[in-house]
Amino acid sequence: MATTETTTSVRGLIALPQAAARALIALGAVATIASTFMSWTYTADFPGDLTYYGSPAGLQVLDLVAGALTLLFALTTWNVRGLGWLNPAGATQPVVLAATSAVAVSWFSAIAIAVDLKGLVALDPGAYIAAVGSLIGLLGALALPKPGDTFKDYVTKPENIPPAAKLPGWGERLVITAATAVALIVFTYGIGVDPDASETFLGYLLLVIFGAWALLTAGLFDRFAELNARHKGFATSMAFLAAAIFPFVENNEHNANLGVNILVVATVALGLNIVVGLTGLLDLGYVAFLGVGAYAAALVSGSEFSRFSGVQFPFWAAMLTGMAASLVFGVLIGAPTLRLRGDYLAIVTLGFGEIFRISVNNMDGSSGPNLTNGPNGISMIPDLKIFGFNFGSSHDVGGMTLGRFANYFLLMLLITALVVLVFNRAADSRIGRSWIAIREDETAATAMGINGFRVKLIAFALGASLAGLAGTVSAHVGYSVNPAPYQFAGSVPPNSAFLLAAVVLGGMGTVNGPILGATLLYLLPEKLSFLKEYQLLAFGVALVILMRFRPEGIIANRRRQLEFHETGQLDIPEQGLPDTTVGVTKAGA
Amino acid sequence: MTTTTAPTPVLEASGVTMRFGGLTAVRSVDLTVNSGEIVGLIGPNGAGKTTFFNCLTGLYVPTEGKVSYKGTVLPPKPHLVTSAGIARTFQNIRLFANMTVLENVLVGRHTRTKEGLWSALLRGPGFRKAEAASRERAMELLEFIGLDHKADHLSRNLPYGEQRKLEIARAMASEPGLLLLDEPTAGMNPQETRATEDLVFAIRDRGIAVLVIEHDMRFIFNLSDRVACLVQGEKLVEGTSEVVQGDERVIAAYLGEPFEGAPGDEELAEVEAAEASGTAEASDASDAQSTTSKEGTAQ
Ligand SMILES: Nc1ncnc2c1ncn2[C@@H]1O[C@H](COP(=O)(O)OP(=O)(O)OP(=O)(O)O)[C@@H](O)[C@H]1O
Ligand SMILES: [Mg+2]
Repeated sequence: MATTETTTSVRGLIALPQAAARALIALGAVATIASTFMSWTYTADFPGDLTYYGSPAGLQVLDLVAGALTLLFALTTWNVRGLGWLNPAGATQPVVLAATSAVAVSWFSAIAIAVDLKGLVALDPGAYIAAVGSLIGLLGALALPKPGDTFKDYVTKPENIPPAAKLPGWGERLVITAATAVALIVFTYGIGVDPDASETFLGYLLLVIFGAWALLTAGLFDRFAELNARHKGFATSMAFLAAAIFPFVENNEHNANLGVNILVVATVALGLNIVVGLTGLLDLGYVAFLGVGAYAAALVSGSEFSRFSGVQFPFWAAMLTGMAASLVFGVLIGAPTLRLRGDYLAIVTLGFGEIFRISVNNMDGSSGPNLTNGPNGISMIPDLKIFGFNFGSSHDVGGMTLGRFANYFLLMLLITALVVLVFNRAADSRIGRSWIAIREDETAATAMGINGFRVKLIAFALGASLAGLAGTVSAHVGYSVNPAPYQFAGSVPPNSAFLLAAVVLGGMGTVNGPILGATLLYLLPEKLSFLKEYQLLAFGVALVILMRFRPEGIIANRRRQLEFHETGQLDIPEQGLPDTTVGVTKAGA
Repeated sequence: MTTTTAPTPVLEASGVTMRFGGLTAVRSVDLTVNSGEIVGLIGPNGAGKTTFFNCLTGLYVPTEGKVSYKGTVLPPKPHLVTSAGIARTFQNIRLFANMTVLENVLVGRHTRTKEGLWSALLRGPGFRKAEAASRERAMELLEFIGLDHKADHLSRNLPYGEQRKLEIARAMASEPGLLLLDEPTAGMNPQETRATEDLVFAIRDRGIAVLVIEHDMRFIFNLSDRVACLVQGEKLVEGTSEVVQGDERVIAAYLGEPFEGAPGDEELAEVEAAEASGTAEASDASDAQSTTSKEGTAQ
């Protein structure tokens, strides 16, 4: 492209000959990479210990990746053979964004070191080289042909990305496998960051955001989505396989526990997505169903604090009990409320959610019937045993030791897979279409012969029983259940507001959205310890920002995306984003 | 009542009255639609035509009166009315905007398919077969209205005229015996209107009786075997196109003559006097006037 156009439009933001610009990017990238092998600071006080020569650590590893990404994209500007796939349109945006990721990580590190360790004196030459090198790379990238006249053009995916060359079937599967492996590595790295090393995690976030953005503008995510659509079954199995490998790669029990908790909230969020995302019913008390499932499982677990301490159901029976109990509650709550529309339903479900928590709090034998042991909850829930497999003890599998949480992680993963299957199958069927129809226009839906109340009740009950299912496992994982977490909003994750935020942030009506949303929302406060007290505030800020810039959520349902951005049919190449000016004037007004 | 030989009534509405507080939007309307018939329903804006449709389809519970379909009295529940065999379109297009064209029609198949949640989750051979049959039937309907090439488009992205057609296909997907069309040509250009006319005839030829509300007089008089005119909630006249076209009260109603309760003889006389110049041109006149009145009251 660049060679055909020789007019002014080819010029970059910074006037430099193209050859020089490319050389600068490569130089900057190499300098950045080299710097990560040097010491950045002289004391080991800074998280990650960046004092060694020859072995990158902590933020240096991240900067190394950013530098390598920049170098790769720099090479695409020379049309290096074999790298064409990385930047098929030969666009400037991915190069700039990759260089930005290096600048972000390098400068963030340098500033963090200087702030943490009182002054620039704490910086070793390596840090200076990283900062200057990455900046040179970015300057070079900005001298590449301008993608457009506005800042926005630098961060949006260009149009007319040429379609990918056709790969053989096995090749496509290989690409999916490789991409899934990369995703696993990225995720495992993130979850493995020491919770005391907030600096490292912030650097990780910067790298992931800008790096992913670069890949997005290169059109690689679209291509991957295309491949996924073509090999749907394979891609899904690969994703679950990668998740199953996680406890083997990440051998730390604390992190495996994080993984289980993430799976629990992700699964529950997925169940909520049936109610909110597909059927369009705003349920503000959804976490109560998780609680019902957890309490039901705890009661029949054989714990000595249970009202029925002599009773110990096998797990499959406990699972069914939890689901059935949640289902019954779902129907009991849904039957009177689902005749209401919109705001009324939201308020009534909010009320019911609180009623659950308060009742459970009071059913301790003194202020109510003795069932739940009141605020103390039911503790000492024994570990699960399935076919003699004790989930509480460590097992050696293929030379690896799987600890307690790793066992539960694998069990929960099976349940998540089941819920994903249920979601997908239900959504793509007569009943799923009637849910969406009701979300779109309830009056028209009933006029098409849909019994609105019945269909909504099915959605409500299904959502409830899936949450109950997740609850049965979470009761065993956490050793105990108590009423505190099952509230509308709180600082500990499974609360209704958290689940709703996971669905809305991630993307309503999609499978990946709520899973990603729940993961992010769970992981961020966990790793950024300084955020803990401000978690709800951060939630609010994140939601406001997202609703302003990407109302359809991080992962857009094709439908939702169109609904919010009005760019017309996606299969027809779109011209710009007609909504932006409107949005700007609205915001300005 | 008129023309058709051996008419079997599909729809019988008797004494349908709808009151909103003090306002009587529909007052004791009787209407019969026979099998194989196209019946037109006209009337000035706010006459109660849409309200009458809503009473027929169970969206409103009529204050008085009953509606029966093929001899059985219909409960005022929209989904039961649809499964009984009456389907409808809406005056303000109410498609499922963020579903594809095909999915919209598939939703219309809801009452004619049985697969519940369990079969969706288990995906047995029965489910696959039913799903495939539904898709085939839906595609056939899309072909019928000429939208099969846009099956995968989101319905919100269709042009106006195609959205109206899609609403018709969606309604037909429920395999109705009677189709209620509320202003199917509103907002269409003359060619599209002509095509819609052919479409309605083709629907009738498939054995579906049609009751259609329209303001386009040329369209309605061309199309209908029988026309009923509602004015201020009451059925003023009913008869063949010729009869209604020539009726002075209809013309008067469209002219916006003051109208209190039943039409009085004096008023009629005045109207007659005013219109003395020619009943022969009545059709053209009413056609033109209908458009005026449409624009007039729309504000
Ligand atoms: N839900 C309602 N509540 C109160 N009044 C209503 C309601 N629906 C309709 N009306 C009133 O009933 C009258 C008849 O309205 P309707 O929509 O049936 O007229 P129409 O004949 O369909 O007119 P148009 O040709 O403009 O579509 C109007 O005066 C309207 O304001
Ligand atoms: Mg109307």
